[in-house]
Amino acid sequence: MEDCLAKKMEITVSEAEKRTGRNAVNMQETYTAYLIETRAVESQSEGQCAPVDSLWRRYSEFELLRNYLSVTYPHIVVPPLPEKRADFVWHKLSADNMDPDFVERRRIGLENFLLRVASHPVLCQDKIFYSFLTQEGGWKEMVNETGFQLKADSRLKALNATFRVKNPDKRFTELKHYSDELQSVISHLLRVRARVADRLYGVYKVHGNYGRVFSEWSAIEKEMGDGLQSAGHHMDVYAASIDDILEEEEHYADQLKEYLFYAEALRAVCRKHELMQYDLEMAAQDLTSKKQQCEELATGTVRTFSLKGMTSKLFGQETPEQREAKIKVLEEQIQEGEEQLKSKNLEGRDFVKSAWADIERFKEQKNHDLKEALISYAVMQISMCKKGIQVWTNAKECFSKM
Amino acid sequence: DTSLAEVNSFSTSVPISPSSMINQYKFEDEPELRDLFITVDDPESHITAIETFITYRVVTKTSRGEFDSSEYEVRRRYQDFLWLKSKLEEAHPALIIPPLPEKFIMKGMVERFNDEFIETRRKALHKFLNRIADHPTLTFNEDFKIFLTAQAWELSSHKKQGPGLLSRMGQTVRAVASSVRGGVKNRPEMFIEINDYVETFSQKINVLDKIAHRIYKEEREYFNEMKEYGPIHTLWSASEEDIADSLKGVASCIDKCCKATERRMAGLSENLLPILHEYVLYSEILMGVLKRRDQIQGELDSKVDALANKKTEKDPFSEEIGKLEDKVECANNALKADWDRWKQNMQFDMRSTFTNMAENNLRYYEECLATWESFLASQTVDLHVEEDSEDRP
Repeated sequence: MEDCLAKKMEITVSEAEKRTGRNAVNMQETYTAYLIETRAVESQSEGQCAPVDSLWRRYSEFELLRNYLSVTYPHIVVPPLPEKRADFVWHKLSADNMDPDFVERRRIGLENFLLRVASHPVLCQDKIFYSFLTQEGGWKEMVNETGFQLKADSRLKALNATFRVKNPDKRFTELKHYSDELQSVISHLLRVRARVADRLYGVYKVHGNYGRVFSEWSAIEKEMGDGLQSAGHHMDVYAASIDDILEEEEHYADQLKEYLFYAEALRAVCRKHELMQYDLEMAAQDLTSKKQQCEELATGTVRTFSLKGMTSKLFGQETPEQREAKIKVLEEQIQEGEEQLKSKNLEGRDFVKSAWADIERFKEQKNHDLKEALISYAVMQISMCKKGIQVWTNAKECFSKM
Repeated sequence: DTSLAEVNSFSTSVPISPSSMINQYKFEDEPELRDLFITVDDPESHITAIETFITYRVVTKTSRGEFDSSEYEVRRRYQDFLWLKSKLEEAHPALIIPPLPEKFIMKGMVERFNDEFIETRRKALHKFLNRIADHPTLTFNEDFKIFLTAQAWELSSHKKQGPGLLSRMGQTVRAVASSVRGGVKNRPEMFIEINDYVETFSQKINVLDKIAHRIYKEEREYFNEMKEYGPIHTLWSASEEDIADSLKGVASCIDKCCKATERRMAGLSENLLPILHEYVLYSEILMGVLKRRDQIQGELDSKVDALANKKTEKDPFSEEIGKLEDKVECANNALKADWDRWKQNMQFDMRSTFTNMAENNLRYYEECLATWESFLASQTVDLHVEEDSEDRP
């Protein structure tokens, strides 16, 4: 298999900058621009670093790229973008898009998105993606010229429409069910995690109140003074430690969020299959009814009730020439229809094959990433406990000297 | 005499927990010299036509000669404790009488007799009697002895003796009046210092009490959220195959940490909260006893001032003044000694209760650490089989 882009090129989203400009309706707006830096990976023996290329992109351009990829590769589980607006926020975090912490986490998320695409065996070869990384001017026009927007509208309709599919591939039905469950359980988890973080913050910060009171109390004590004072200092340290702890946890939350959004991408692939299958079933149905019509006209028997049949009965039979003409048209249509059905069948089977291959790839990636995320969560908890042990050991020593 | 129409026991008479028994032995002076052991337990509610009240069992074990028996078991209600406290204050106005738990708790009380309230009160009453038992002077007080040993009817009849309620109220009014007049301007340096200390101490201890309660509340809210957090991971594991074990592992860790949080909270409410509250009450008592000392001094000062205004006939007053001077000196010495003793106890109590609080938190983090470390080990077991099995304790 050909090496994916990620192995040939270093990609980073290294900076974020606030900009003001004019939007589509000529109103002034503030937005954040992100600096994408790329550098070809040279072999070590060269000893030189290749020059860094860079260009600025804003979030809406990332969105355009992703939409293009989703429409152009409907059988691929396309990596998701980081959230547009801050969600699952606990009280200390800001819900403001311009907040520096949010911008920072989004920068990391966008870099992660680019790396995901660049390491995907199929997506990394896309020219539009490559231009996104390397060509600053005229990229938007390039994307629009592909005409993907037309397909995009019908795709959007497909995702939202409800229709009944008679014979879907059971694997896709199960997978769609799974993606719904995954979305539901991860969003529940993130919500509760935010509340837990809020409460944990409260516990740590209230301990900070000890510091000031111990200090004031130590002023009137002779023997206990030193012990109180130094214990108070450790209480301050304890209270302050929660900020870093929770900041680290935000990265864990972001990892889960990625898979929350991945679940949607997974669902989209399942829906595409359903749409194709429905299309196929409709085409087959149409073909069958045309064949029937043809047969009826040819043999003169009316097996099924039709308005046309009734009107022709009421208003007189057609002439044989008219009937012949109709049969000819139908036969042409039937032939066309059979060819279309054949190609749709082929398309459907190809889609199922390639989609399922990517889904297997995705499953492996998901299991690996989530297991690592859970492990990193455990590591974070361990670090928090060790910090707690240190602080309270110190505090205990101070108290025992009171 | 109250007829016991109904008796309900709140708990099987479980003796005091071993750890608090040990705390008793840590009480100041040499524990081997203790010859009086008191426990308060077994709350029972009594319902009569007029009222509902609770009695507590007071068990005394002693080797003292002045006690007829070596073991006593009586039942006392809160009113009886109030009576004892006021008798002690009467007999020893210059001594620091230990605090009683409050009559009512203002906020958040739905039922006057809920289990938590009764248990908190029981522990405080137990503390109260033991503090008296450990006091070098108060322990030999006659009313104290009667409180510990008399049967219900004996105590009732004993209570009826002595100055009535009205005369005691009169005493209090006079005391307040005279404290307003004097005693403050001639306050000895030493007691000025003590007064300043008590004012600041009182402020600080009140704030500490609030902080400790706030911490308890925050820990409880954290616990409530954590209870929901673990099960979500278990729910998720039902849709997964490869990562189901990891998810279940995390769920189990979170649940264990949840239980550890519960223990952390229990530690607070068993130790730090009651002690801080006791010292909040103590700070009020200290202010009271300092006022009483000032009032005794005030009596002397006003007599001396009255004498200074009468240039002649000094003799009839001098005896009275002499008595008052002795009274003041006695009070000052008694209070000073008791103050030193109180300060030492306070230091000991604060040291041990805050150390205990730190240990409590240490234990919490150690438990959580062990949980997460064992989970982490189980996750990496595929990679390092031999090494891990050696490292695990």
